[in-house]
Amino acid sequence: MFMCMFLKCLEFGGHVCTNWLNLLVEHIMQHGSSSSSKFMGTICGFLRKCLFKALSAGPIPSHIAFIMDGNRRYAKRRNLAEGDGHRAGFSSLMTILGYCYDLGIQHTTVYAFSIDNFKRRPDEVQCLMDLMVEKIEELLKTGSVLDQYGIRIYFIGNLKLLNENVQIAAEKAMKATASNNKAVLLICVAYTSRDEIVHAIERSCEQKLDEANAFAGNEEIKVMTGQLDELEVPTSPSNCGVKRVKGMEMKNGNFKHVEQGSHQEKSDDIEKKHKYPFIKLVDIEKNMYMAVAPDPDIVIRSSGETRLSNFLLWQTAYCPLYTPDALWPDMGLWHLVWAVLSFQRSYSYLQKKKKQL
Amino acid sequence: MLSLRAPLPSEHLDTLGRRPSVAAPAGARARGPCSSFVSSARLGRSFAAATDVAPREGEWELGGLPAGLRRDAMPRHVAVIMDGNARWARRRGLPTAAGHEAGVRSLRELIGLCCEWGIGVLTVFAFSSDNWVRPKAEIELLMGLFERVIKMELEKFMREGVKICLIGDSLKLPKSLQKLFADAEEMTRSNSRFQLIVAVSYSGKHDIVQACKTIARKVKDGHLELEDISERMIEQELETSCSEFPCPDLLIRTSGELRLSNFMLWQLAYAELFFAPALWPDFGKAELIEALLSYQQRQRRYGARVS
Repeated sequence: MFMCMFLKCLEFGGHVCTNWLNLLVEHIMQHGSSSSSKFMGTICGFLRKCLFKALSAGPIPSHIAFIMDGNRRYAKRRNLAEGDGHRAGFSSLMTILGYCYDLGIQHTTVYAFSIDNFKRRPDEVQCLMDLMVEKIEELLKTGSVLDQYGIRIYFIGNLKLLNENVQIAAEKAMKATASNNKAVLLICVAYTSRDEIVHAIERSCEQKLDEANAFAGNEEIKVMTGQLDELEVPTSPSNCGVKRVKGMEMKNGNFKHVEQGSHQEKSDDIEKKHKYPFIKLVDIEKNMYMAVAPDPDIVIRSSGETRLSNFLLWQTAYCPLYTPDALWPDMGLWHLVWAVLSFQRSYSYLQKKKKQL
Repeated sequence: MLSLRAPLPSEHLDTLGRRPSVAAPAGARARGPCSSFVSSARLGRSFAAATDVAPREGEWELGGLPAGLRRDAMPRHVAVIMDGNARWARRRGLPTAAGHEAGVRSLRELIGLCCEWGIGVLTVFAFSSDNWVRPKAEIELLMGLFERVIKMELEKFMREGVKICLIGDSLKLPKSLQKLFADAEEMTRSNSRFQLIVAVSYSGKHDIVQACKTIARKVKDGHLELEDISERMIEQELETSCSEFPCPDLLIRTSGELRLSNFMLWQLAYAELFFAPALWPDFGKAELIEALLSYQQRQRRYGARVS
């Protein structure tokens, strides 16, 4: 109870300070001389480094996922065009990414565009697609945040649903950053978790079907399941000839007779005994789009909505969800710090739970 | 060593500091005409219409709603992660068993309120597949508690038209409990007023895996092509296909924890999540009203835009 109140006070105080600092910096940038704005920038940067140093004394999450909600509402509140809300959202993303990587968070995932978002007005969808291509090109320029932090980009989702130019830009970005190895940015585009699971199940079924066909094609198995009466066996080691012998199986290099019971009842036992390629949880997991990264430690959804909206349902099974009220373009340092502090508070409990499983 | 106790009388629970419920508004429990039962079109054909069923004399009769709640905006399906029993008991210096017994009382109240307020389906996360790592004594206590509660409530479920369904890996349960659940499911199969889905030894991931295995077998046997695998098909193979409304509209998790803990991962894709700070034994009418008010104020967009 006391801890909750303390953290609430800290959140409120930090929120006020961050807002005040932001306003002060903004004011000086607009009205102050270049030397005073540089000075303020240096001070803020120094304070931020001190804060991150203090936070690093505790466990730091290795993966944070963001649902970037609220761009349109942000634009509406400021009487801006809808596209300007998304641009402001992109700026916010770059800032937050910088904080994440400065803090040592290695993986960041963002929910940029859901398959459900294709239901929006065509002009808004087109605007978002154009913005995506524009920003990908910007990021690939030398000196961008990708270079600065050595970030490898993955585009996660059913990319075939995207326009060709977006697909090409996405492929280009993934190829260009393939050798970066300091941090990872996963951008979920044309993505829903259910679609990802369907894809993983299709791939798993396809793989297992191949293995199952190989299993069923095994002549020993065919004899045991009554599909084949006879098995070809060599007549002698020195003799290359073969003969067919009824009801035989080979085990440890020796042939022995097997009983041939009813096809179905024997099939199930034989499948289990001889390790029939049944689908397991690990098969589905390895075929997920998100298999390139560990599961998130935290999910943060901006704008106060408390739902996952078909995002990383599988990967967030045990992951806390934080839902600050701030719209995505208003998300700042303090929201990230708050989430990390909350993660640190429940870290030992969650680690204990993980060990038990 | 924990031992089973008889359920604590309600007056003992009150003196143990359980939060008192908000007094029902005047007329909230008044017996309205049965036609009010069908005013919500969202309940669907699974549930009795006024013209089909004679007025009931049960305890959980459809009644008026507390002030502020709208009948047309009630969720069809509510899911609950009933967290906090052990902490509740620890805070009172009681054994864990007392916490679980108090939790049963909260569940009874919740079922009654759902019936009265026209919520058609309630899913409760009674025991996770991850909970098998708990001490053996606590597991035995919980299994015994489940058996006792089902035996005690079955007659009431029959009287009130409650259909009970079990989801989860039932093969891990004691044989007697497996049989009890199977019998209860069979006896209540044709009840249609309210559905209670009890998740025991349940894992959201394994629910998806078992659906996948079923689909894989159909592909292997040539009944299905790979490219025909769809979201709808997977949903039909999940354990929640026992319900006409398998996906919750609202998930409530008590005790302040902010995660799903491997519960109904597929089904909760679009559910509104409400994280209540109260521990489960303290979750009562007031807390449910707060959750429902929060739900009714939310704008559900499903990825689209609402002008």
